Amino acid sequence: MKIIVCAKQVPDTNEVKIDPVKGTLIRDGVPSILNPDDANALEAALTMKDSYPGTTVSVISMGPPQASIMLYECLAMGADQAYLLSSPAFGGADTCATSTTIAAGIRKLGGFDIIFAGRQAIDGDTAQVGPQVAQRLGIPVVTYVSKVRELGDGYIIVERQLEDGYEVIKVKTPCMLTAVKELNEPRYMNVGRIIDACEKKESVTVWNENDIGLRPESCGLKASPTQVLRSFTPAPKGKGEMLTGTVTEMSSALVQKLREKHVL
Amino acid sequence: MILSPKYQLIQKLARDFAEKEIPESMQEEIDQTGKYPESLYRKITDNGFFGIKIPKEYGGQGGDNLAYVLFVEQISRVSMVTSIYISGANSLGSGPLLNAATPEQLEKYLRPVAEGKKFPAFALTEPGAGSDAAGLQSSAVRDGDYYVLNGRKTFITGAPIADFAIIYAKTDFSKGAKGISAFIVDMDTPGISLGRNEKKMGIIGMPTSDIILEDVRVHKDSLLGEEGMGFINAMKTLDVGRLGVAATALGVAQACLEEAIDFAKNRKQFGQRIADFQAISFMIAQMATQIQACRELLYNSAVLKDTNAKDAGMHCSMAKLFVTETACRIAHDALQIHGGYGYIKDYRIERLYRDIRVNTLFEGTSQVQQIVISKELLKK
Ligand SMILES: Cc1cc2nc3c(=O)[nH]c(=O)nc-3n(C[C@H](O)[C@H](O)[C@H](O)COP(=O)(O)OP(=O)(O)OC[C@H]3O[C@@H](n4cnc5c(N)ncnc54)[C@H](O)[C@@H]3O)c2cc1C
Ligand SMILES: Cc1cc2nc3c(=O)[nH]c(=O)nc-3n(C[C@H](O)[C@H](O)[C@H](O)COP(=O)(O)OP(=O)(O)OC[C@H]3O[C@@H](n4cnc5c(N)ncnc54)[C@H](O)[C@@H]3O)c2cc1C
Repeated sequence: MKIIVCAKQVPDTNEVKIDPVKGTLIRDGVPSILNPDDANALEAALTMKDSYPGTTVSVISMGPPQASIMLYECLAMGADQAYLLSSPAFGGADTCATSTTIAAGIRKLGGFDIIFAGRQAIDGDTAQVGPQVAQRLGIPVVTYVSKVRELGDGYIIVERQLEDGYEVIKVKTPCMLTAVKELNEPRYMNVGRIIDACEKKESVTVWNENDIGLRPESCGLKASPTQVLRSFTPAPKGKGEMLTGTVTEMSSALVQKLREKHVL
Repeated sequence: MILSPKYQLIQKLARDFAEKEIPESMQEEIDQTGKYPESLYRKITDNGFFGIKIPKEYGGQGGDNLAYVLFVEQISRVSMVTSIYISGANSLGSGPLLNAATPEQLEKYLRPVAEGKKFPAFALTEPGAGSDAAGLQSSAVRDGDYYVLNGRKTFITGAPIADFAIIYAKTDFSKGAKGISAFIVDMDTPGISLGRNEKKMGIIGMPTSDIILEDVRVHKDSLLGEEGMGFINAMKTLDVGRLGVAATALGVAQACLEEAIDFAKNRKQFGQRIADFQAISFMIAQMATQIQACRELLYNSAVLKDTNAKDAGMHCSMAKLFVTETACRIAHDALQIHGGYGYIKDYRIERLYRDIRVNTLFEGTSQVQQIVISKELLKK
């Protein structure tokens, strides 16, 4: 089986702040990490590799040269190959251009059975890239995958997370699945594999637009119809408070609180 | 030191593991009960952390000394006792084997250590021979194909949980240090018994006890290296081990600094955060600066060791001396910033203060490091 994982390097938003005036991300000095959902996507692929000998897991990413450390991390978790789509021509891509580029990279990789992506990247947050890549490759997609139930010959059965439950979906392979964090617990890297990945120069293959057969005007800013006018953090909502006890206790507590706030 | 991706990832791995798998509540429980959770031990095994520094051909991960100190520092920042488990296997346990073992001994003992299947102990110290290790009195007398061991080893880390111990004993009392030989002894060999589990100030959760040897018969295949080469073997092991102790102390010192910053930002007296008193903020600036100096010294010493620099051994001693002494001072100041709360067990600094203390004592006291350094500088 051949599995491909789409992984993005993102700023660690636990440590990133949005400039409240300019509305842009303050990226200075913020460490970059493997997008959390993509770690779940990779774990799902590695779990399959563990149970189906002969499976290969390739990770593909579009990003600047520094993103190779994130790919070393994927290799150290157990991926077999890593590909970095990197070129000045890819800069400034919106989701449309990003998915064109990633789809071209995947075509160059040749056949596959399953592609895993994360549900959403914690910086761009659009959750569009997975489905768009699937659309460009002409394969079915299931988003929000929270469980893999069965992997059969030519199909896979998964659970798709909904707000209040889940759907069970049987989908033909090859297909694209986007992972949510409930899917699994990503494994740790392994020290020995970190050393192998980082000491072999050729462990990350870097491709530019020529390598994947795209013209410069089909990628990056030039091929991005989206223009981000403004991005902002909504002011945090006040914390809700849950009342507990019997109905009578809760209603009297509620009345008391409302009185305290002079609502009643 | 600017770290390459390889070292950055090793650091990240250790940090992620420690923060996620060893929450504060678990650290408190280990400290209170003295029991180290089996589930955590298994995770250390499954992730190969007992073999970080053991070569790949023996089932380890093949890390160098820089990788190792970075790893230990991050683990120790969260749980010093966990770093003692890790160093027990990676350093004191496997060092003597890597220095002198035969291929058969490496297969039988080193591989299981790397894989977490056997836990080793390193038994040099005796009641009458601490800093003066060459003065040890345990004896090994040849009897046909066997040696018969007698004596008492003291303060042995992990003895109660160890599967085997490297025991240093004299095969020839007339030769002083050159009469010391090393043996690999299975802990279930008849004649071995343990002293009581010592009640320690810190690193509670890693048992320490005496090993008593009474007519312990071991086959000559258990001799590690040549007869008379035991003392050199022990010194070579401790030489590198010192980097690990310094890394352990550094990690705890970093934790102390973080606790102090957190407390100083939240505690109010005289109508303001205590962090806003210059006396406190300057203490914090001092601590942070010292930690950074320790870090550079330690990483540099590790690189010297990895590149086989001529005076690397002396640098390892310098790192141990300076980092552990500074770290204890930092713990002292961090506790001071906590005021009376620092003296109460509900605050993490109280445990850090107890844990960190042993670092200037074991694997050669600070004074012994000064002996090593000055001998190197003043040799004729
Ligand atoms: C604050 C901010 C706001 C933005 N708003 C928009 C917007 O409104 N519209 C728009 O078109 N673009 C927007 N962008 C640009 C967008 O982030 C990039 O186009 C990005 O390449 C992909 O979108 P995403 O981050 O939303 O990914 P998502 O679609 O959220 O990512 C889903 C999954 O796709 C895969 N993936 C995504 N990017 C890559 C990659 N580079 N390499 C490999 N796999 C990848 C991963 O598996 C990931 O988990 C915004 C960027 C920022 C920083
Ligand atoms: C928790 C713990 C775990 C340990 N684990 C192990 C283990 O796994 N294996 C093992 O073999 N040992 C172990 N030890 C023993 C440890 O290495 C010794 O305690 C240490 O070497 C000091 O020896 P000592 O306690 O006998 O002190 P002593 O040597 O009696 O020293 C007492 C004091 O005198 C000073 N001193 C001694 N000689 C000189 C000198 N020539 N010049 C100046 N000052 C001097 C010392 O620095 C110290 O301050 C452990 C100890 C502890 C506390």
